[in-house]
Amino acid sequence: MTDATLTTRKPVLGESQRNGLIAGGVLALFIAALVVATQTGTITRNDWTYKIFVDPFVSMVDMPDLLVQTVWEGFVAGVLYSLIALGFVLIFKASGVFNFAQGIMVVFAALSLVGIYEFLTLTLGMPAGFVAALVAMAGALGIMFVLAVAVERIVLRPLVNQPDIIMLMATVGLTYFLIGFGEYIFGGSPKVMITSQLGLPTGSTMLDFAGGRINIQHLDLAAAIIAAVMIAVLGFFFQYTRIGRALRAVADSHKAALSVGISLNQIWVIVWFTAGIVALLTGIMWGARSDVSFALEIIALKALPVLIVGGFTSIPGAIVGGLIIGVGEKIGEFYWGPLLGGGIESWLAYIIALMFLMFRPQGLFGDKIIERI
Amino acid sequence: MFYREAGQYKTTYQSDMAIFPLRQDRIGILIILALAYVAVPLMASDFILKTIMLPFLALVLAVIGLNILTGYTGLISLGTAGFMGVGAYACYKLTTIFPEVNILVWILVSGFFSAGIGVVFGLPSLRIKGLYLAVATLAAQFFLQWAFVRIPWLYNYNPSGAIEVPLRTVFGVPVTGPTAAIEVKYLIALTFVVVLTWVASNIVHGRIGRSWMAVRDMDIAAQLMGIKLLETKLLAFAVSSFYCGVSGALFVFIYLGGAEAGTEFGIRLSFIILFAVIIGGLGSMIGSFFGAGFIVALPTILKFGLPAIGIAITGAIAEKIVVMVIGALTIYLLIVEPHGLARLWQIAKQKLRVWPFPY
Repeated sequence: MTDATLTTRKPVLGESQRNGLIAGGVLALFIAALVVATQTGTITRNDWTYKIFVDPFVSMVDMPDLLVQTVWEGFVAGVLYSLIALGFVLIFKASGVFNFAQGIMVVFAALSLVGIYEFLTLTLGMPAGFVAALVAMAGALGIMFVLAVAVERIVLRPLVNQPDIIMLMATVGLTYFLIGFGEYIFGGSPKVMITSQLGLPTGSTMLDFAGGRINIQHLDLAAAIIAAVMIAVLGFFFQYTRIGRALRAVADSHKAALSVGISLNQIWVIVWFTAGIVALLTGIMWGARSDVSFALEIIALKALPVLIVGGFTSIPGAIVGGLIIGVGEKIGEFYWGPLLGGGIESWLAYIIALMFLMFRPQGLFGDKIIERI
Repeated sequence: MFYREAGQYKTTYQSDMAIFPLRQDRIGILIILALAYVAVPLMASDFILKTIMLPFLALVLAVIGLNILTGYTGLISLGTAGFMGVGAYACYKLTTIFPEVNILVWILVSGFFSAGIGVVFGLPSLRIKGLYLAVATLAAQFFLQWAFVRIPWLYNYNPSGAIEVPLRTVFGVPVTGPTAAIEVKYLIALTFVVVLTWVASNIVHGRIGRSWMAVRDMDIAAQLMGIKLLETKLLAFAVSSFYCGVSGALFVFIYLGGAEAGTEFGIRLSFIILFAVIIGGLGSMIGSFFGAGFIVALPTILKFGLPAIGIAITGAIAEKIVVMVIGALTIYLLIVEPHGLARLWQIAKQKLRVWPFPY
């Protein structure tokens, strides 16, 4: 935003730390009171207090295998959330645009991949398999590149220097355009991701753990590994390459970057293309877990709470935020969901984000102080 | 030539502050009202009334509501459909619990329920804005949608999970339900829209509206001038949600005649209304009408207009093109004409004013 940042001397115990201490103290007292009440029989099994505050923890301790399974599923979902959030952070850092369309870019990339593959094998008669999948992958990357150039030319360049909210609404418009365009070209019916053709593992392994069994999909494992590799590569790219340095310069200050001869337009194309690559990889892994269709739109919106938890400008924040949201909502759904009739997954992420907004508006790792009133 | 203000002197403050200061405007609005009340029900076919006029009248209130929040107060909301749902379900519950009370009263009262929920979800707006607030309102959207599905009390434990609009009469004339005449429904919706638009335009032209716009333009400056942010923002949320609630009640009771739990008031409707606000013009009453009209008319024109002039197009493809066109048009308008269709209307009026001399 601004070239100069204001710094103030921090007191020994910051406001947030003090608040944290107070909250922790209250929580400890509350837990102690609950334990005493349960032991003395003040709270019985059928009280709502027992069901909300005691029962879930008892079952967590009693059946650790279920807990680990739930956490693992949350972890995998969280990896996917954080990958969407990652694409968002990339664009936000370099151009200051809230890219609402990142979630749809994931679906769009996955759809183009499957669509091109189908076109190659069915219409052109290419033998199905790894080669066709690779060609399709290259085609999908090409589409994401064209998209990046088009967005830069048609949307970003005319809107440069507009208020943030206008940019946000423009990307919301882009979201809708991509939905309509994607459905028009690839059809509205769900498609199956070409998982095995791309050489991704599909089986699953049962692990014995603490008297129970945990089911681990190989695909999820691969997703976690690919995500880790991608983050490492991105980190390297940002830290050590010439383009990466230019990207960081643009993120720090548009004006200063311009004045040392960095082309903003070029940088934006690169950033949107990078976000497109991230979107494609996310789309592959996501599509492999379920069908590829625009129904994923709803799940893609979950990247927003992830960003709030992690902060808008931090790549590690996107990862940690995604994991917190993913694990938090799976555990919440599994242990507390039945009390409310189930399905609380659809809004729990947003409520978690709201809590963070109340206590730590800049997110866990974000550095932009949001404007307080 | 047709549109001259020469000779119309404003001799009182009242006439200077009037919503329609020009005589031509006043005559024009009377003609439009007369057309809407007399000519449309007499001349228009049932098809046009059903597919264009009813959804237009129902949605225009939601667009006005969101415009109050986003256009006038500068707070972005993606929970519009959720608040509309609150209005619809509140109206349904009220009319099934107290069937003897006039349904028109309940449609209006359901807006207050929506306003209450809106205030609760508007509380975070005191600390956050922009995309942060958008996420907070998304929480409202998903939470409310979940509630419509998971709380069976809301749809009277109907096994299909849907609400069906019961037959209600006003002075012996059926107003809602399957047997109500479409002209009656149209006139009811029209009256709601006319009265509520009149109220809204008075609010935004008065002290409250000015304080909203001050908050939108710069909240800190507004606070320095003595505008209380807490009250102002929450009032904007309350009024906005009230309009959305009434709109939702009309949407289900007058237009749809029934709603599946959670499907009608999904996130897509929220986006559609946001687009209508942008396309029509942020911070403009007449723009809300243009936006809502555009959003409602475009699918119908593509679906039924294009085949009529010989371009073969199926309904499914038309729907996809509609989504595409709306998205593209939003971007286009943001770039070319950030004040939307309302600005084009102003330009046209200005042209008429100086016609036939182009200066």
